[in-house]
Amino acid sequence: MSETAAVSAPATAIPRGNVGTMFNNTWAIAKREFASYFSSALGYIVIGMFLLLVGVLVFFVFNFLERNEATLQSLFEGVAWLSWAISPAIAMRTFAEESRTGTLEMLITQPVRDWEVILGKYLGATGLFAVALGLTFVYPLAISKMGDLDWGPVLGGYLGLFLGGAAYVSFGVMVSSYTKDQITAFFVAFVVGLLFFILNYITPALGSAAPIVVYFSPRYHFDNIARGVIDLRNVMYFLSVISVCLLATARSLDSRRWS
Amino acid sequence: MRVTAPTAVVIGATRGGDDNGTSMTQANGEAMSTDVMIEARDLTKIYGTQRAVDRLNFEIRRGEVVGFLGPNGAGKSTTMKILTCFISPTEGTAKVGGYDVFNDPLAVRSVLGYLPQRAALYPEMGVIEYLEFAADLRAIPKSEQRDRIKKVVKICGLEEALRKEIGQLSYGYRQRVGLAQALIHDPPILILDEPTADLDPNESAEVIEYIKEIGKTRTVMLSTHDLSEVKASCARVLIVNRGKIVADGAPDDLAAKSGSVRYVVAIDEKASAKGSGKAPASADEVLEALRSVVKDSTAKELPSDDRSHVVEVTAKGGDDHRREFFQLAVDKGWTLLELRREALQLEEVFRQLTVGADAKAAETSKSTAKE
Repeated sequence: MSETAAVSAPATAIPRGNVGTMFNNTWAIAKREFASYFSSALGYIVIGMFLLLVGVLVFFVFNFLERNEATLQSLFEGVAWLSWAISPAIAMRTFAEESRTGTLEMLITQPVRDWEVILGKYLGATGLFAVALGLTFVYPLAISKMGDLDWGPVLGGYLGLFLGGAAYVSFGVMVSSYTKDQITAFFVAFVVGLLFFILNYITPALGSAAPIVVYFSPRYHFDNIARGVIDLRNVMYFLSVISVCLLATARSLDSRRWS
Repeated sequence: MRVTAPTAVVIGATRGGDDNGTSMTQANGEAMSTDVMIEARDLTKIYGTQRAVDRLNFEIRRGEVVGFLGPNGAGKSTTMKILTCFISPTEGTAKVGGYDVFNDPLAVRSVLGYLPQRAALYPEMGVIEYLEFAADLRAIPKSEQRDRIKKVVKICGLEEALRKEIGQLSYGYRQRVGLAQALIHDPPILILDEPTADLDPNESAEVIEYIKEIGKTRTVMLSTHDLSEVKASCARVLIVNRGKIVADGAPDDLAAKSGSVRYVVAIDEKASAKGSGKAPASADEVLEALRSVVKDSTAKELPSDDRSHVVEVTAKGGDDHRREFFQLAVDKGWTLLELRREALQLEEVFRQLTVGADAKAAETSKSTAKE
């Protein structure tokens, strides 16, 4: 790109080649990552399973229709659970598979910065989650046809679900960058994710430490947002998780240089 | 250059050609310095306790096609991964196109095209789709991408594969896609890590043809352990073993410098010479007799049909011992079917330098262990 090319080259060097802008590089990588889900079966499987399980939870487990509550609380609960379950599947390949097959070497030796690779891959993976989540929007739409729907909490709930999923995906991406085996990446992200997810169920046993521990549970922050009150602290929680996970991914990627 | 330039000016002035002297020196200086496209200085990479690359020093100049040769595990790939900024050296420095691999990896990568070993491509992507992705990462404007892709498709002979997914391609075609990817931005420098590994002889010959064509206008460093490939495409060879450069020069020069010659002698296994009245010689007898002809030579039996013993004798020095071999056959009453003398091939130079060095190293470590 011209702004980097303008930096004067050492006197003995040949002219620099093109280097893309940060935006263009990240976008190109994100696009490819997102598209790759649909050129293999993985994208369809993940979305299909997700929608199927959301349907099962909503209709059979939470008795969506019988409860006759237009609050969609049960839908949110179901989707929140399943986000934890599918995000490891979405994120498992991102780095593990590429480093196993060697495509990561091909990618990183292009004139791109490490964090463009990380952000691009992360956005591509989060894009898939966003599509899966977006498709569940048929439920609120259906309910709004049946009766009045308070859209405030619905949109708040979806924001919370998106942030929660995005945080889980970032965690999965981080785990994926520390292994060459995507199955390992899946299970580690799945199990550790579950531990965090159920943190707020075990709080009664924790006594006075409970408020601190609860703060680390995504459920706690999600529940707040889903009530329709968008508190900056809850949003910050998810954004912090994403930042920390992506920074750890950068560390992992950088460590390959020195191993 | 800045430091030496004033001295040059003074010299120019004393010779009376002040203005001319200055500009000429500077022009020469620039040409000299730009000339080195790849430079390694004491490059070292240590994995755990193993020195994969051990204080490597070399320079590759503009327009050279250099074969980087060595047995598996000699440090070829590691060196290339350092040059392409995929890993960092433990010690030492390297420059590509004048840019330091540590301080300016983006500039380094922007001036080179790289084909990693067993070029891994995304199997689910189409060939065109993949090349567009590569062009995007090389910041080639959309308006120019079509032309660039057309060009590399032509250079790499990919016309027939264009509509296919990479996963469906044969290994040879995949390798060509990897090559196309490395050429998409028309880089002045190419680093190719075993571009012909795992290819069948036909595919391999084709890829070598493409590389020769590409190398006409570019600086190319290619690693391989196939020597015929090097002879076909490289004007210069760097032989590396155990992380160190053990030879550097034109393939023919290296063969000549090694100073060894070999003789191939074939003796009839069934019949001794007419009138000698002796029984035909046994293989061991022939081997032993031939070895004793030249001092410090080695002899081994080559595979042959069951009518003749074919023995290869490798001897140091430039003397011609064919007369003595012939005389030996006459004295013994053998029927001499063939006798020829030839300089060592690059293959043998390579074996001497790498296997020989390993054996020596093993011996020294043994003897030091005894002490």
